[in-house]
Amino acid sequence: MTTTTLQALVSDLRRALGPRHVLDTPEDLIAFEYDATIERALPDVAVFPATTEEVAAAVLLARRYGVPVVPRGSGTGLSGGAVPVNGGVMVVLTRMNRIVEIDTLDRVAVVQPGVINLHLQEALAPHGLTWAPDPSSQRVCTVGGNVANNSGGPHTLAHGSTVNHVLALEVVLPDGRIVNLGSRVPDAPGIDLRGLMVGSEGTLGIVTRATLRLVRASESVRTFLAVFDSVEAASEAVSGVIRRGIIPVAMEMLDQEIIRIVEPRIHAGYPLDAGAVLLIEVEGLAEGVAQDAATVEAACLEAGAREVRSAEAKAERDALWEGRKAAIGAIGAAAPAFYLLDGVVPRTRLPAVMKQVMALTAEYGFRCANVFHAGDGNLHPNIMFDPAEPDAERRVLALGEAIMRVCVDAGGSVTGEHGVGLEKRSYMEWVFRPADLDAMTMARDAFGGAGFFNPCKVLPGGHGCATGHAAELAAVMSDPRVYV
Amino acid sequence: MTGTAFVGPDTPSAADLANCIHCGFCLPSCPTYLATGQELESPRGRLHLISALHSGRIEATDGVLGHLDQCLQCRACETACPSAVPYGRIMEDARAALMANEPSEQPRTWRWRTFALRHVLARPRRMRALLTLGRLYSRSGLQQAARGPLRRLVPARVRRLESTAPDLRAAPFRRTGTLASPPAANTHVALLLGCVAGEIYPATHEATVRVLDRLGCEVVAPPEQGCCGALHSHAGDADTARALARRNIDAFEQAGVDAVIVNAAGCGAAMKEYGRLLRHDPHWSDRAERFSANVRDVLEFVAARGVPDGLGRIDRTVTLQDACHLAHAQGIREAPRAILRAIPGLELREQVHPDRCCGSAGIYSLVQREMSGQVLAAKMAEIEATGAETVCTANAGCTMQIEAGVRTFGLGADVRHVIELLDEAIRAGGYSSPAGPTGTGPSQAGAR
Repeated sequence: MTTTTLQALVSDLRRALGPRHVLDTPEDLIAFEYDATIERALPDVAVFPATTEEVAAAVLLARRYGVPVVPRGSGTGLSGGAVPVNGGVMVVLTRMNRIVEIDTLDRVAVVQPGVINLHLQEALAPHGLTWAPDPSSQRVCTVGGNVANNSGGPHTLAHGSTVNHVLALEVVLPDGRIVNLGSRVPDAPGIDLRGLMVGSEGTLGIVTRATLRLVRASESVRTFLAVFDSVEAASEAVSGVIRRGIIPVAMEMLDQEIIRIVEPRIHAGYPLDAGAVLLIEVEGLAEGVAQDAATVEAACLEAGAREVRSAEAKAERDALWEGRKAAIGAIGAAAPAFYLLDGVVPRTRLPAVMKQVMALTAEYGFRCANVFHAGDGNLHPNIMFDPAEPDAERRVLALGEAIMRVCVDAGGSVTGEHGVGLEKRSYMEWVFRPADLDAMTMARDAFGGAGFFNPCKVLPGGHGCATGHAAELAAVMSDPRVYV
Repeated sequence: MTGTAFVGPDTPSAADLANCIHCGFCLPSCPTYLATGQELESPRGRLHLISALHSGRIEATDGVLGHLDQCLQCRACETACPSAVPYGRIMEDARAALMANEPSEQPRTWRWRTFALRHVLARPRRMRALLTLGRLYSRSGLQQAARGPLRRLVPARVRRLESTAPDLRAAPFRRTGTLASPPAANTHVALLLGCVAGEIYPATHEATVRVLDRLGCEVVAPPEQGCCGALHSHAGDADTARALARRNIDAFEQAGVDAVIVNAAGCGAAMKEYGRLLRHDPHWSDRAERFSANVRDVLEFVAARGVPDGLGRIDRTVTLQDACHLAHAQGIREAPRAILRAIPGLELREQVHPDRCCGSAGIYSLVQREMSGQVLAAKMAEIEATGAETVCTANAGCTMQIEAGVRTFGLGADVRHVIELLDEAIRAGGYSSPAGPTGTGPSQAGAR
């Protein structure tokens, strides 16, 4: 885009949204070049709409000037989904942060996309209700981002991911039209475009209002910390629990490396000499919980747990969870840089896959800290490295790719919950056949978003997009600024 | 691109900056992000700007400085950060390294602020002269009139400004020398008097001395001490901060005490960081480290020694406003609560976010009036929801800001330092100091 065209676009945007809500100086825009990954790219202009109509106005202007549109919430994504690789207009939705309605009898909440997940939970708590998606970043991530990425969290194991908890969406389409998908009551007639929209990572439309399905907070909750000597024994316990016919609401694993990083900082109560710990939560009616708790304990002990600690007091439970939720962030203090992976495998393959992951990491000469949703086989290896070491980046990327390969070969997939975004799109070909990917491309193109709405995301290839994951990342990583 | 915007020994370290992994967990802990929803007014955004200034990718334009200026330096982000990014010192270092440029290259908007800090705040006599004018205004009855019967005659803008001014009718605390010497004193401590605390809130110093006396401490106030330099550090005037630190280290070393007691959280946090402030100075770094290791907030000191027995009842509901520089900077949260809970009859009602800033932040409330007002409004809503009769604080700046908030929002609560309530409970229990004030200089004892 030429400077003159950009200036014309900026002044049109200022007229539509108000001058205070349009940023275009380089020193302001650099705060919108990142999410929580290591990818970086500058937008040409960032806008902060307050209403659905303003979002639509910004989309129409971007369309008229032929520049891409990239939506952004809190910028906590873990796949580069909100990084505007081809520049364009960044639509930041943090001003649209109103909880419009909470209907406690119908158990429905209507929110704007910029509402922070935890703020919604805090508003629901007094009514004994909750919205099930609980990503580890829930204290900061937005509902709009959860919808875009079909986010999961520890409790996805029992409740399912975001798509199961969205009833209806108001969406601005690439042609600027405002549509309503789904319905407030269950089972809307017609083609389920609501389901298609959830997890489409901003390639089909921009969500401007979400009608959410709420669930009742459980009467009784028990959280266990089970301590094991090895990751294998802990993995075995995961299968043992499921085999006994119980689906806990959460089963999270932390290995020794991550325990030693997180415990000194967070004081969650994880033993420093443990090979691995499992964080298991069961909830429901009081009688059922007591029974499930006994079964979980037995399964853990049978798998070789040296200790199973039950936390009933809220403060103790919160501490156990705080360690889990802050774990990824804590790695930042332990290593100059790290590369967080997100893969998923069938639960039963967990012990074998973990062994392969650790062997590969050792082979490449890195340390790896694991903290993940063991219950649904969702791995998060964190490869720690020093970018100052020669060749470190290339080797890290190669290792990441090898680990993804292991996941796919084990019958799994390349992302459990972080979305495909920029980082995983070239892996899509490992998981899907060309015809499968064509079907997805056709759906995207039908909405008119190709090359316009969040380009170069989710699907491989595309005009003006770099090809090959390693090539894309290596280009970014060769810029030393990405680490500061 | 013109190379780094930072100059001198205070340039933020690349290692500190590299700790940030951009996870964004700090965002919802930041009062200015909560007020604006704007990444540029968030800790992560500001760190990214500082990194870009560091690498020379951007220049220190007025826009960039504006974002740095919006930071309260409350350090709530440090509590939220899972990656242990030392945000407070990065921000102080960045400001200092910008101010270390040639005068013509220094941020223009910062110069007058530095001038005021250097030539008024750091000079006790000038500071006192200024406050004496304020005291005349308070004592003349004009202040009461402007807030009461003559309210309507005062233009709205002036009224808003006036409402933030403290009530200066009480006689200042200017005693130095030995302030308390109980008969069987087993611990010797020194008290920091501070630049404005003793002038505006003499009751806090008086209560501090009486409580320490009750705990069997001999209390001295070295007359050579001065301003702690916290506000200079925050504003990036590291050289003045270092000069003030050296003076205080000298003054307190000569007193030869077991601990240096501070009853203003902002001052205590700064004095605990003298070691770092003087780390490049070979003659002073060791002395500064030793000094810092001896600094205690009065509430930390009292809680560690044990709250005295025989407290009398105070039938009152209170809420505690954690001072940012006590909770986030010094990591002290339990001590004030333990003290309040020990007082019979007193009911502690917690706010939803007791450790969220009130918007005072040193001189912030004066230089960033609009944002300070927004942060204060959010805080007053939290305080009002508790329905507490008294708001407890641990820092003079917070007290001043919350008093202004109480007046503006018509809450009718009073605002007291935690140590004042403990002192009240000790006296309600029938204990009276056997020693009494023995210091030199104009003595103005008396409770408020």
